[in-house]
Amino acid sequence: MGYRRRKQPQIVLTIYIKREDRTKKMSYSSYIPLIPLLPLAGFVVLGIFGRKYFKRSSGIIGTFLLLVSTVLALYTAYQYFFVDGKVDGVYQPITAIKYTWLSFSKNVSIDMGIVLDPISVMMLVVVTFVSLMVHIFSLGYMKGEERFGTYYAFLGLFTFSMLGLVISTNLFQIYIFWELVGVSSYLLIGYYYDKPSAVAASKKAFIVTRFADLGFLIGILILAFYGKSLDIKTLIENINSSEFNTITAASLLGISALTWGLTLVFIGGAGKSAMFPLHIWLPDAMEGPTPVSALIHAATMVVAGVYLVARLFPLFTLSPAALSIITFVGLVSALLAAIIACTQTDIKRVLAYSTMSQIGYMMFALGISGYDGEGGLGYTASMFHLFTHAFFKSLLFLGAGAVIHMIHSNEMKDMGGLRKYMPITHITFLVACLAIAGIPPFAGFFSKEEILLAAYHSNKLVYAVALFTSGLTAFYMFRLYFSIFWRKNKQLHDHHQEGTVSMKLPLIILAICTVVAGLIPFGKYVSTRGLPLESHFDPVFSLAPVAFGIAGILLAMWMYKNETARPERISVGLGGIYKAAYRKFYIDEIYMFITKKIIFNLVGRPAAWIDRNVVDGTMNGIAWTTGKISAMIKGVQSGKVQSYTLYFFGGIIALAIIFLYLWK
Amino acid sequence: MSDIPISHILFVSTALFFIGMYGLFTRRNLITMLMSIELILNSVNINFVVFNKYLYPEKLDGIFFTIFIITIAAAEAAIAIAIIINLYRSHRSIDVEDASEMKY
Repeated sequence: MGYRRRKQPQIVLTIYIKREDRTKKMSYSSYIPLIPLLPLAGFVVLGIFGRKYFKRSSGIIGTFLLLVSTVLALYTAYQYFFVDGKVDGVYQPITAIKYTWLSFSKNVSIDMGIVLDPISVMMLVVVTFVSLMVHIFSLGYMKGEERFGTYYAFLGLFTFSMLGLVISTNLFQIYIFWELVGVSSYLLIGYYYDKPSAVAASKKAFIVTRFADLGFLIGILILAFYGKSLDIKTLIENINSSEFNTITAASLLGISALTWGLTLVFIGGAGKSAMFPLHIWLPDAMEGPTPVSALIHAATMVVAGVYLVARLFPLFTLSPAALSIITFVGLVSALLAAIIACTQTDIKRVLAYSTMSQIGYMMFALGISGYDGEGGLGYTASMFHLFTHAFFKSLLFLGAGAVIHMIHSNEMKDMGGLRKYMPITHITFLVACLAIAGIPPFAGFFSKEEILLAAYHSNKLVYAVALFTSGLTAFYMFRLYFSIFWRKNKQLHDHHQEGTVSMKLPLIILAICTVVAGLIPFGKYVSTRGLPLESHFDPVFSLAPVAFGIAGILLAMWMYKNETARPERISVGLGGIYKAAYRKFYIDEIYMFITKKIIFNLVGRPAAWIDRNVVDGTMNGIAWTTGKISAMIKGVQSGKVQSYTLYFFGGIIALAIIFLYLWK
Repeated sequence: MSDIPISHILFVSTALFFIGMYGLFTRRNLITMLMSIELILNSVNINFVVFNKYLYPEKLDGIFFTIFIITIAAAEAAIAIAIIINLYRSHRSIDVEDASEMKY
């Protein structure tokens, strides 16, 4: 009796803990699969029946399904961040669902699952929210399109793939959804398939990202081979433990297998995130409908590379070499894209280069980040910038979409003085421009501030370049703003409306988010180890970035607010530099030279020759020989019984000779 | 009478067999082909009778076989001649080369 009484409380406690854990999983697993599956259902239904039955209502159906997803995602975020995500003050990853899809060996298998941790929950909210805004905006923007249902089906497919990507538990699951995202991006860029430039752009995007994904796949295989797992959590644990120290030892060309694997994975990420030198597809991808650019090429898909690096960040911290590659690539992309953005005249291309520049910011913020405690500021800052950037950049794109909808042109020279005609677009666009320029109290200020602070503490050179780039950012954004909304007092002859309610509403909602999002104490929720990170708001430190931002704005104002000859004179004064930037530093031309002149001539043509002459020649030779032989022997089967008996008799004679005389 | 050696008789039957073979290969006339087959069969009959007589004189198996073969050859000749007559009715010829519609 006494014995039993002593033992009992312990047992009850363990059962209690287990039950709590299980109920937590159960409560999540009951509704979280719906978040990605509802858009998938939309894709299936609208893809099959959209053109026939729901010609008008497909927009409403898609939007409604996504609204449910968004509500569920927001509820999940609330549950995770405020109710039960924390254990002992640390945000724990929760694996809500996991089942093995394809098992290679005891340890290595492809699982399909859902993991909830701060960054995946944040991405769930961002993706569903921005996607919802784009769905609503498209109700007005795409109205009357021939393939309206197909458009919403593709949007659903994209949203499903992106959501599947962010909640992946397994490296290969990420890769599967990664490719699905690539396909839906391809489909949406090529939406206007009767336009040759759109077809070319979609092909380019697909080929460039596929090329990068090859690196990603090889990287996955290297990591899985050395880490003995494809499951991200197990992989990180394995590589961190001492048994797997072979991976960090030098192996090929003096670089460890870990660094090789991570660098190759990063190449995949760089391809999707349009990092230098794989960025060439992003500006061309602007051939797609503008809301699509807002969703895929500004807010969600292009940050997949950043997300991938963040997801594998515990591994990246083990390899300083891989991190420095990320820093370098991010920094070069940020600066280069900002310079090019200053010279472009197509407003969507300006925004595309701006996206590339901002993603460069996120990348190098990850590159300079450490893992523990204060050192992890760069990681938090990067995720914070991803979060705020999604709002203000999709707002900018949707604003640009509203402008294009009204003017029917992408070129700056066709615009000007639009502030009177589209007041709501004007105000919201201004808010977004201020946010991206880093002017307080808008969202971009806080996140960029954190990135700069992290850069300042780790590397002064990075800080200097980032600071200069932030000035450039302010300059080109306000060049865009003044060119669209000020400059000349143009009279529009045909009185267009600004847009339907469904186009104005997302602009207003996103503008509110852009104002508010920066005030979220982000470090409390998202950090490297799940521990809250205090934000270091330092008014003195923020003087320099804000000063650079304001200088950029003033310069843009001086040059573009009224129609003057100043921009012309300055561009002539800069001469070759301006021309090089205008031609995007000839990177496209270099690629063309490499592919057309070098690869086509040195690899393609010999390969084609071998195919025509050796491969086809062998096949033709075999067919020719067979034909000849059959022509030769077809007389044997003549149908004449007498010749058959002759063969038969000859055979018997031969056998008789063999058995009687030769077979002794 | 009893001094004819076995090789003499076997020589006759072999000669008969090859004459039959030769006729079967070279003739295109169905009736001569049928006759050639009869020659081959008869050479086999001689073989049976000879081996029975010289090797196992007290048994009758070989002779039975010969009677069988003569019976079957008669039946076969009846059928073959029926075929030949039908062929002649339809083709006005009994040359095997002329009956080639089903070839290839």
